[in-house]
Amino acid sequence: MSGMQTTPQNGAGVGQQLFDPSAFLARQSLTELNGRDRAQALLDTGTYRELLGPFDRLESPWLTMQGVVPQSDDGLIVARGEIGGKSSAILSIEGQFQGGSTGEVAGAKIAATLDLARADTEKGNPIQVVLLLETGGVRLQEANLGLEAIAEINSSLIALRRYVPVVGVIAGMVGCFGGMSITASLCSYLVMTRAGRLGLNGPEVIEEQSGIEEFDSKDRQLVWAVMGGEQRSATGFADYLVEDDVTAIKNCIVDAFARGLPLQHRSELVEENLHRLSAIDGSRQLTSGEVRELLSKGERL
Amino acid sequence: MSNHASVPTRGKIWFEALSGAEPVSRVASVLVADGEIGQERARFLAIVPDPRNPFPCAARGQVGMIEGWNLAKQVREAIRADEHRDKRAIIAIVDVPSQAYGKREELLGIFLAAAAATDAYVSARLAGHPVISLIVGHAISGGFLTHGAQANRLLAFNDPGVVVHAMAKNAAARVTRRTVEELDELGEKVIPMSYKIQDYAKLGTLFKLIDGINADSPSAADVEKVRADLLSAIADARRSPTDLTNRLESAGARENRRATQEVRRRLAEQWSQE
Repeated sequence: MSGMQTTPQNGAGVGQQLFDPSAFLARQSLTELNGRDRAQALLDTGTYRELLGPFDRLESPWLTMQGVVPQSDDGLIVARGEIGGKSSAILSIEGQFQGGSTGEVAGAKIAATLDLARADTEKGNPIQVVLLLETGGVRLQEANLGLEAIAEINSSLIALRRYVPVVGVIAGMVGCFGGMSITASLCSYLVMTRAGRLGLNGPEVIEEQSGIEEFDSKDRQLVWAVMGGEQRSATGFADYLVEDDVTAIKNCIVDAFARGLPLQHRSELVEENLHRLSAIDGSRQLTSGEVRELLSKGERL
Repeated sequence: MSNHASVPTRGKIWFEALSGAEPVSRVASVLVADGEIGQERARFLAIVPDPRNPFPCAARGQVGMIEGWNLAKQVREAIRADEHRDKRAIIAIVDVPSQAYGKREELLGIFLAAAAATDAYVSARLAGHPVISLIVGHAISGGFLTHGAQANRLLAFNDPGVVVHAMAKNAAARVTRRTVEELDELGEKVIPMSYKIQDYAKLGTLFKLIDGINADSPSAADVEKVRADLLSAIADARRSPTDLTNRLESAGARENRRATQEVRRRLAEQWSQE
């Protein structure tokens, strides 16, 4: 394991790993790319075709009236192409636009793509869908339409993954929060880097709602220890922990699709999870180490 | 406010009024009972406050670990039991202030608990169960996504205490640095931002906005009226597709979700072009 993720903000193992300059130079970071370039980098060379791109000018009808400049793709890139030679679609959230938040247009692009992929798959042309998740969740300026979009995304994702796996990637640096964290854990397989974070409620929101004694959002070590990719994969919420490298991430995606449908999706493991929950004392605070101990035993949670 | 533990919440009031049966679940915050509406068999589910909830951040009716996983269990039990027979209606009575905001919840994967309940409701719908949500109080954010949002028919009381939103009003005011009054003003012109259920209804997601009900202390006539509305929602769901297209094809959606319609139309056009 090289020391690729040892950025000062990261917190996980800072300065404790040997730095391997050759590996560092050979890699191509995915997180340094914008949403469009990420989709392009992960699709097989020469197969990228963007749908509803910036020239289609499908932007949010709600932002201008609130003094926010909209973007002509609403921060959501839909790309078709191939991954490992197989017909695929990538839904890439641009984390730089409104924190990757889900508004009406961005959300409709995701749900509609999942539905079109299902229609093709049902006709015998399976489509591999990859979600690049960089989002704070519902876009507050479009509140109830963002919420509704996520409900429709989740519904469409569950309908699609009955036929073909859906793969989620949380590379960073925004992370995946709010309603979209539900979407992430509905994916058949989830790929994370150490720079990726996954949580229903972001640290600031927890502190705001439940107090600093519940969660000190300024404590970066704590944030990564609770929500970071390393913890999430160690506790079974993500299937792949990978370096921030285009080739390595793509290999995980190809591997995930090659595995086919899981015997049961994570969200179907109800008895196992209730059994585990019954053994946990929720009345006291837990540490990430304890939870690792609890959840890394036996089957995944 | 409907989330005080000392008085019965609207969720509990309507669960008891409609199900008329003893809860089958032994989990205090997840009320579940089987009953009938007209000729229809139905499983009723409600999340209610449990001051002794083992997870303190979920003690006031929030949807947390126990709630998410137990909703999943109870909905899946109904799916399994009806696998080879007529599919009973699944009725979610919705009065949830939010999801639980806690560190231990995040460590234990509250997003997956929410996904499990979401999955169960969607699976019930796809299996042919009419899934109906009756919003009697708050339906906020992750709480609503977990319990209520996946119904193929949504009904709500036309009542000031009924609120569907992505964020509770006081929290939204703090985050956006606006006063509550300013938020109300904004809701006047930006429909999806509004906290009024009449504005939410304009988005076309509701099957029915039910007028003239005393939501806090319903009369026998109120209960009968709601049962009749639930019955017509069940009948409508039974003769329609099992997906959520009805929310996209409604008059409200055609008017106020035009961008959604356009995305769907144009993406379908571009999908197969080479």
